[in-house]
Amino acid sequence: MSQVYPDYGRPLWRRLLLTREMAIVALLIIVTLASCAGVDYFADKMTLYNLLRDMMATLMIALPMCLVMITGDIDVSVGSMVGLTCSLLGLLYSKGVPFGLAMVIVLLVGAAGGFMNGWLVTRIGLPSLAVTIGTMALFRGIAVGLLGTTSVTQFPKAWTDLTKLEIAGTGVPITTLLFLALLAGFAYLLHFTSFGRGIYAIGLNKEAAAFSGVDTARTRIILFVLAGTVSGLGGVYWTLLRGTARGDIGDGLELQVIAAVVLGGVSVFGGVGAIYGVVAGVLLIGVLAAALRLMGVTAEVINIITGGLLIGSVVLAAALKWIRERRATALATAASGSTEAVDQATASAPGTDRTTDFGGQPPQPGDPSLSPGTASPLAEELLSSAGEPSPPNGD
Amino acid sequence: MNTPGPTLLLRDVSKHFGAVAALRDGRLTLEPGSIHALVGENGAGKSTLIKIVAGVIQRDAGVFELEGRPVGFKTTAESKAAGIAVIYQEPTLFPDLSVTENVFMGRQPVGRLGRIDRAGMRSQVIELLDRLGVSIDPDRPAQGLSIADQQIIEIAKAISLDAKAVLMDEPTAALSGVEVDRLFAVARGLRDEGRALAFISHRFDEVFALCDTITVMRDGSYISTQPIAGTSAPEIVRLMVGRDVKELFPKVEAPIGQTRLKVEGLNSPGVFADIDFEVKAGEIVALAGLVGAGRSEVARAIFGVDPYTTGQVLVDGRPLTPGSPKAAIKAGIALVPEDRRQQGLVMEETIATNVTDVIRPKLTRGSLITRRRENAAAGVWAEALEVKCAALDAVAGTLSGGNQQKVVLAKWLASQPKILIIDEPTRGIDVGTKSEVHRRMSELAGQGIAILMISSELPEVLGMADRVLVMREGRLTAEFPRAQATPDAVMFAATHAKQEAA
Repeated sequence: MSQVYPDYGRPLWRRLLLTREMAIVALLIIVTLASCAGVDYFADKMTLYNLLRDMMATLMIALPMCLVMITGDIDVSVGSMVGLTCSLLGLLYSKGVPFGLAMVIVLLVGAAGGFMNGWLVTRIGLPSLAVTIGTMALFRGIAVGLLGTTSVTQFPKAWTDLTKLEIAGTGVPITTLLFLALLAGFAYLLHFTSFGRGIYAIGLNKEAAAFSGVDTARTRIILFVLAGTVSGLGGVYWTLLRGTARGDIGDGLELQVIAAVVLGGVSVFGGVGAIYGVVAGVLLIGVLAAALRLMGVTAEVINIITGGLLIGSVVLAAALKWIRERRATALATAASGSTEAVDQATASAPGTDRTTDFGGQPPQPGDPSLSPGTASPLAEELLSSAGEPSPPNGD
Repeated sequence: MNTPGPTLLLRDVSKHFGAVAALRDGRLTLEPGSIHALVGENGAGKSTLIKIVAGVIQRDAGVFELEGRPVGFKTTAESKAAGIAVIYQEPTLFPDLSVTENVFMGRQPVGRLGRIDRAGMRSQVIELLDRLGVSIDPDRPAQGLSIADQQIIEIAKAISLDAKAVLMDEPTAALSGVEVDRLFAVARGLRDEGRALAFISHRFDEVFALCDTITVMRDGSYISTQPIAGTSAPEIVRLMVGRDVKELFPKVEAPIGQTRLKVEGLNSPGVFADIDFEVKAGEIVALAGLVGAGRSEVARAIFGVDPYTTGQVLVDGRPLTPGSPKAAIKAGIALVPEDRRQQGLVMEETIATNVTDVIRPKLTRGSLITRRRENAAAGVWAEALEVKCAALDAVAGTLSGGNQQKVVLAKWLASQPKILIIDEPTRGIDVGTKSEVHRRMSELAGQGIAILMISSELPEVLGMADRVLVMREGRLTAEFPRAQATPDAVMFAATHAKQEAA
């Protein structure tokens, strides 16, 4: 009588491999291998070192940005926060504050800036894009104002060296360890905690999340604080890497971060994405740029190619989702014929309010593999696995 | 012109949504120069009928004539062009545009070079509003206008289109007494101009004050049409309800224990006032009333989704922190909300995720949560409620309405509540699942859970409840023990102000 349901409708390999994130990982691997084979000097420790060193701040800030964007918010003030913390660090140090203390202070400033964003978004109820465009200008203004036209150099060598050391001749900068620690932390938070499940629920349906006891405002504020804090860390990193503090550091970084996060499979409408996809997205942009640069391609052309890739991935995901929804609606209408199904068909397909969504269908936090959406050879597979009307098995 | 036939005529109109018949033999005849009342319980098919006339949906079969010519509208634009105007309870104006721009939205008069004739528009609107006898600044934005004024603008729009038939779907639900009077004056004016009007309302005093003819619907079928002069409110109520309800509802008597939920003097200005009641263990208390009476708002306030200004909620004698669903869940309250799609479920998530949404904090080890533990917990409840699905990772949005409701129930039962608030437990679900949901509720009461059920379906209220509370316009107006809760009594309390107050 009572029936036991299987946990999953698809076998493990399909759930693991047929995801948008996996498509980005695959693309990353392909581009890397092709570059190693076809681009002179690419398969070199120096390339790896430069690539990681240049992308480190983007990699780190992409982590909290991924979480912020999964709730459906966005934070475009991160680049300015990098600039603000950079010049504040320089100012404090030049005024004789010990470097360690100055670093702690700028991280707190980063957290405070993030709190301000989160507070304005959740308590005042303003859209995060509007708020953070405002704070982007505000933070940048302060950053430039703090140091004026001057710049601070001469940071303690012990600290600046930290950004340049590599791990025992592997070509991997030692700062990678810091990134891996952050990655572990954010992956755990997003995919393996109740808090993380709440992040997805907020992104998909704030009201239902609130009805389920998720403290939506608190969650969103915490994420903005994390974004601010990690941006502060990014500011410290840039300062040490360049050995100078200037107010214009991190200009445009926010767009690089957001582009990578979206490329990694996170929907700007929220609710969809996984942290490994985001890491792959950042690395893909980095690897592509490095390879093209070695091939002698100019920076403008690199930008064009990166932009094209981003648009292509987003369009493909949206197209797949559209086809899948059409199919699911048709199936549901035909199969069940219930009032609800027809309502969906006549009024709006399920989730049409999110039709322009970039990602695949539902988010599968702890098991990111469940969300489909990937390159075209897999399209048929995805379609066939998407909207099955799910009659109970007869056993 | 000598023998004008009916403006609008619908006969044997049916509409099915899959296997569910929303309308079986809808009938409505609107005569020019007449105001026709259309009454029936929720789900009787009134709105479906109106939607067919408006061109929102299309009929499956039946006759639909406008001034003697057969018509069938595929879009609302077609029905508008043919001279039909529908005024809804919640007008749909563009908040940032001016009154004038709203009236002429989509068909602005243009002068030379396609330039919009603003002065012409403005003077026409002034004339229109003048004719309606209202003073609304034509240049002010629609935002901030009262619902009543917004409806007047919709009506102005209808007149400017020279609508032959004006259908008003519960236009007075959100209006105050004075506003209702003004709307009625406008409606009578339109009638005297020879237009045909239909008026849907649950308030009998209004129906009797305004209309000359009345059509009663029940369960998607036409029941009767008669002149208002020859009938009375009790008779209409009997026609609306008239059916035996008991056997559908497997109500099992459960031993009633001590008070679980106590609500004391709850107030939220403009929403509800002075709400006092209690629900005991094992008891099913129904909160009856019309849509918009403030019942869901009370439930939301108790659960902490909405704030309240004064009063308190006690669970087992202990006061509950207001404004925190988290605290309510912790205290053992579960709320199955009215709007499954928006509030009950995350439609894009899987069954497993949805079922564990409330209990998740309890499933963690340290702070770690794994998909495996979630699936294990969700499986138990999905199976217990017999959610029809192939696997637990089926997406909630792909399930039928009844199955979605089971997922919502599973989600809340998983939290093992002491108090279950369930808002419209069977709205939009098929008959079979309906009785299953009722059976579950009975079982839960038998297990000692205190149940507060909000329902707009009278048979459900009378069939399931140990006690019936009736709300009208934000206040509790009556309380009936099961034995005394008759359809007429409940309907009367829901539609009339307290006798003592009168």
